[in-house]
Amino acid sequence: MKTSMAFYDELKDYDWERLEESIYSCTEADVERALMSQILSLQGFISLLSPAAETFLEELAQRAHRLTEQRFGRVISLFAPLYLSNVCTNSCIYCGFNVRNPVERLTLTVDQAAAEGKHLHDKGFRHLLLVSGESPRVITLEYLLSVVARLRPWFASIVIEIYPMETAAYRKFIDQGVDGLVIYQETYNEKRYAEVHLAGKKRDYHWRLGTPERGGKAGFRRLGIGALLGLSDWRLEGFFLALHARYLLRNFWKSHLTISFPRLRPAAGGYQPPFSVSDSQMVQLLTALRLLLPDAGLILSTRESPNLRDHLIPLGITSMSAGSRTDPGGYAHDAEAEAQFEIADHRSPHAVADVIRQKGYEPVWKDWDVAFLQ
Amino acid sequence: MNDPLNISGRSFHSRLLVGTGKFSSPQVMREAIEASGAEVVTVALRRVELENPQDSIIAAIDTSRYLLLPNTSGARDAEEAVRLARLARAAGCEAWVKLEVTPDPHYLLPDPAETLKAAEILVKDGFVVLPYIHADPVLAKRLEEVGTATVMPLGSPIGSKQGLRTRDSIEIIIEMVNVPVVVDAGLGAPSHAAEAMEMGADAVLVNTAIAVAADPPAMARAFKKGVEAGREAFLAGLGQSQKKAEASSPLTGFLR
Repeated sequence: MKTSMAFYDELKDYDWERLEESIYSCTEADVERALMSQILSLQGFISLLSPAAETFLEELAQRAHRLTEQRFGRVISLFAPLYLSNVCTNSCIYCGFNVRNPVERLTLTVDQAAAEGKHLHDKGFRHLLLVSGESPRVITLEYLLSVVARLRPWFASIVIEIYPMETAAYRKFIDQGVDGLVIYQETYNEKRYAEVHLAGKKRDYHWRLGTPERGGKAGFRRLGIGALLGLSDWRLEGFFLALHARYLLRNFWKSHLTISFPRLRPAAGGYQPPFSVSDSQMVQLLTALRLLLPDAGLILSTRESPNLRDHLIPLGITSMSAGSRTDPGGYAHDAEAEAQFEIADHRSPHAVADVIRQKGYEPVWKDWDVAFLQ
Repeated sequence: MNDPLNISGRSFHSRLLVGTGKFSSPQVMREAIEASGAEVVTVALRRVELENPQDSIIAAIDTSRYLLLPNTSGARDAEEAVRLARLARAAGCEAWVKLEVTPDPHYLLPDPAETLKAAEILVKDGFVVLPYIHADPVLAKRLEEVGTATVMPLGSPIGSKQGLRTRDSIEIIIEMVNVPVVVDAGLGAPSHAAEAMEMGADAVLVNTAIAVAADPPAMARAFKKGVEAGREAFLAGLGQSQKKAEASSPLTGFLR
């Protein structure tokens, strides 16, 4: 597929400080103008991320609610993450899998992964997210493909959130029926990125940033991007997330786009995020993203508390995980391996589905089919 | 009034077809379908587990009362659409398919080339094919030539509720094709449905506007009435009187 230029070439034209100034200098009049416009421009979106938009939060929420309902209907998709391995060669100071953390390491065998998958299937899940640390020598391509082949019959959709690979490797996953790729840039601020990713292949900002493009070229049906909120100013991260999303939509127009905006959670290593994000700021980001990108999937994990998750359901979220474990082997066995981060919502998948129903939404377990690919 | 809609030798009283997506629960969906009076109900194959009788959508639709019309929503080329249609038939669905080939997952606009290709294969394979298309009269003719049972031009993008933005092209399609014209997608209000029927469309398909209404069964009833009113108006001669209005001061009156 022909692409005009890499996303980095677009991103590098933005100066972080200048953009910061432009976001913080927005006025309420700018916000009103943005809300009046037929089609939200990037400049209008900037005003929705600004402190001036804080007084418009209810209006943003109402609009995001209506727009999401119109585009997606009264449904919330459910998925579960399956952690295959916490072995990792990277040193990311916020992550429980940090190579420097002296914690129990475990890579599931294919049989153990199958047991986890069976457990999730029996709980009702048909959409699966496969997650692992970055250690290509331990978590090999062949291993990952064998896991996919074993799990394939139980799931309508399998998405991978593993270490970045080349386009040719991604094609092998697609051939095995994997429909989506999720990869978070964590922070779009290149300088900040270097400060929090101390060692390992993940230090390479460019290699990571180009990953969704390599996935798009390979032909994944779903491309998921995200920023880890807490590493730098969320307003700027929100802007770059949107810029990245628009780039991918233009260049990989046949792939559905999803966005995650997880807030940092406590993990082994005890990292304290320097830029906290309040609940209302989270709502501001979520609703602003919805207004700019009416058709993007917006994803919510169990990092957030039950109370907040329940209230975010009608605000633009389209997909949620439930009953998650972030320690490899945690579903079927009570493993003692270290978790990537602490879960805040410990409710069972069916308890979450019940809440979704109480909110007037249909919990959807299946919205894809392997028949599209195989 | 005995005015059946005939599609591929099958006759339906209702000219409103409904979709099953976006509803807040299977219960609400069932009530809305009931209230709509529809006899053809389309369901996305991606959403259902056909082999599972407990599947929430399948279980909510009484197939002795409704024709379950599987759709290939999500397919991005002919090959995928054909594969999905065949799977549905193999799983026991009737060999009817609403053909949707929408390579762009955001606006869900139909790919004309792949739709034509898939239609040709499926018709040869014995399917009754109802293709979702842009309001393109030439494509509609080409599909009719390969043997599709209907053509289903969009009024505006799926879920947009913008009404008949493609009105002029749909008028040409209605004039040109011999198979039933079912206006599909974008109808946001019963007045839009009535407008399509007044123009001479044979039927309409509605999903989002019913599913996300505050009271879906009530909105389904409203659409039923809109469709019936529009049809009656068309049969009463509205289409002709619109196009051939007579001036109150005729320019050729002096000749009489």
